[in-house]
Amino acid sequence: MLELHSISKTLGSFVMSNLSTKIDNAEYFVLLGPSGVGKSVLIEIIAGLTKPDKGRILWDGRDITLEKPELRGFAVVYQDYALFPHLTVRQNITYGLKAAGCNSKKIKTRLKTLAEMMQIQNLLSRQPATLSGGEQQKVALARALIVEPKLLLLDESLSALDINTRLKLRKELKQINRELNISVLHVTHDPEEAMVLADRICVMLDGKIRQVSSPVSLFRKPSDPQVASFLGIRNVLPVAKAQKGLCHTCEKNIYVNSADNSTSHIWIKPEEILLSASPFDSSARNQFKCQVVEIDRLNSLLALHIVSGKLPLTVLITYTSFNKLKVEIGKEVYATFKSSAVHCF
Amino acid sequence: MKKFHQYNIPWFELIFTALGSSVILFVIAPLISMVFATSFTDLTKTAADLQVIQSIKLTLMTAFFATAVSTLVGIPLAYLLARKKFFGRSILLAIIDLPIIIPHSAAGIALLTVIGRQSFLGRILGTGLTGTVAGISVAMAFVSLPFLVNAARQAFVAVPVRMENIARTLGASPSHTFFTISLPLAWRGIISGMILMWARGISEFGAVIIIAYHPMTTPVMVFQRFNDFGLSYARSVAVLLILICVSLFIILRFVSKPKDGKSINA
Repeated sequence: MLELHSISKTLGSFVMSNLSTKIDNAEYFVLLGPSGVGKSVLIEIIAGLTKPDKGRILWDGRDITLEKPELRGFAVVYQDYALFPHLTVRQNITYGLKAAGCNSKKIKTRLKTLAEMMQIQNLLSRQPATLSGGEQQKVALARALIVEPKLLLLDESLSALDINTRLKLRKELKQINRELNISVLHVTHDPEEAMVLADRICVMLDGKIRQVSSPVSLFRKPSDPQVASFLGIRNVLPVAKAQKGLCHTCEKNIYVNSADNSTSHIWIKPEEILLSASPFDSSARNQFKCQVVEIDRLNSLLALHIVSGKLPLTVLITYTSFNKLKVEIGKEVYATFKSSAVHCF
Repeated sequence: MKKFHQYNIPWFELIFTALGSSVILFVIAPLISMVFATSFTDLTKTAADLQVIQSIKLTLMTAFFATAVSTLVGIPLAYLLARKKFFGRSILLAIIDLPIIIPHSAAGIALLTVIGRQSFLGRILGTGLTGTVAGISVAMAFVSLPFLVNAARQAFVAVPVRMENIARTLGASPSHTFFTISLPLAWRGIISGMILMWARGISEFGAVIIIAYHPMTTPVMVFQRFNDFGLSYARSVAVLLILICVSLFIILRFVSKPKDGKSINA
């Protein structure tokens, strides 16, 4: 298990302060945050390539803060793969075993296993420059895995790939994590990637950890409006006044379940807003007459942007509902949602 | 009939090409004119002259020795300057460039105070390095070392740090990483620097003549023959020397040309 205790690092104007978290054995841990937030610096600190200004790193209870990178057993895969351009794919993959002085029999056996697992047997004699992005990524992964690392550090490793290759490699990464029982720390700025891959997600903003939780609870209960905003969550609204069970926002009163004096923002979950052409009686306590102002076509859904006075809302509906309601810009609709559909920050 | 401004003449390209051509002409005109002014008979006679052959051998050998020793000590320095950020780094970079800035005769005089008979070293050894092959090499190394260090430093800078980082996390020690990743990826630039230093050492006159008039390197011989026998005697030796230097530069261009698929940035 990897433990980070109060890690701090200042690099020019960038400040990472008092960062603490844990990664369990065989866990797929995703560090999620926007670019420039210090995710890559943290990867290099964990790998031993950069020294922290303060704090301690423990592996299975042993302090490794000052241990050399070659002794840690943590392998890194970068976004640009960093394959050695003067070596063939075979030489790239076996580099770590040769550096460790392994005999040629062991090298051959491990190479064969890894090449079969990553399905790159046909690439072994090629030069890295002749490989596609996806192939380079597989080679970089094989090169990292051949040394049987205790922890695999992936620094935006899928970001440079096209969507199909990315989806394919996501599956393979998860498979590697499960089959080899290897701990993975995956750094990404893509919430969807984090959602798909992670056992737990750690959201990092402004050099600080803001939330660590399972993917489902992160997206159901973001810890604060900034986290929600980074996750691309819609309908996060500032609260002007809050009292028990009621929030005043955008000049409207909204019934909620759990508001108190400290509530500063609410989040109305878009998928829990019901849209209708006319008002109807229901147990839902919030109902607003709205006007459609914009329509965004997503993959399988539509995002309707509607307003009720100064209250802006985004509602997700299916194409079938869209056609049934005969929605068009300027049309009047009714938005209905329960108080339980409102999350308070 | 079209007016003058309707011809769409690429003035920018024309002016820059004309200015650029004048630079090229300025460099090659004296060299070509000297080669053509030297008869083939004079050239073969000079090439058969034992003194000239010995002098060329001495020049090539001392420049090679200076380059070889400088490479051993210059590469670690170049690597440190490329990779490490430390206090006084910019001062060190300026110090390395000093031999290019100062007049080479002054460099020779400065060297005399360190390796001459009256120097501290000379007194300890009982004799200085003046008038010796070693002394010539020292003079050549002093004035041409910046070419090697700067070329090697730039070559190391061009190697992405991430490659070295990856090697370290795969279990390679700093020295293993240096010899298997950094050095092979930078070698083309280093070889260019070595050849540049060798060629610069061969052509050195100012510092060498202060340290050793004898044994006579080829640039000193050109000067001596010009003084004692006149232009035509000096010219054929000069042409031979220039042919050697030009050959070295052709090799330099050849080895430093990257091959497809092996370039660092590929």
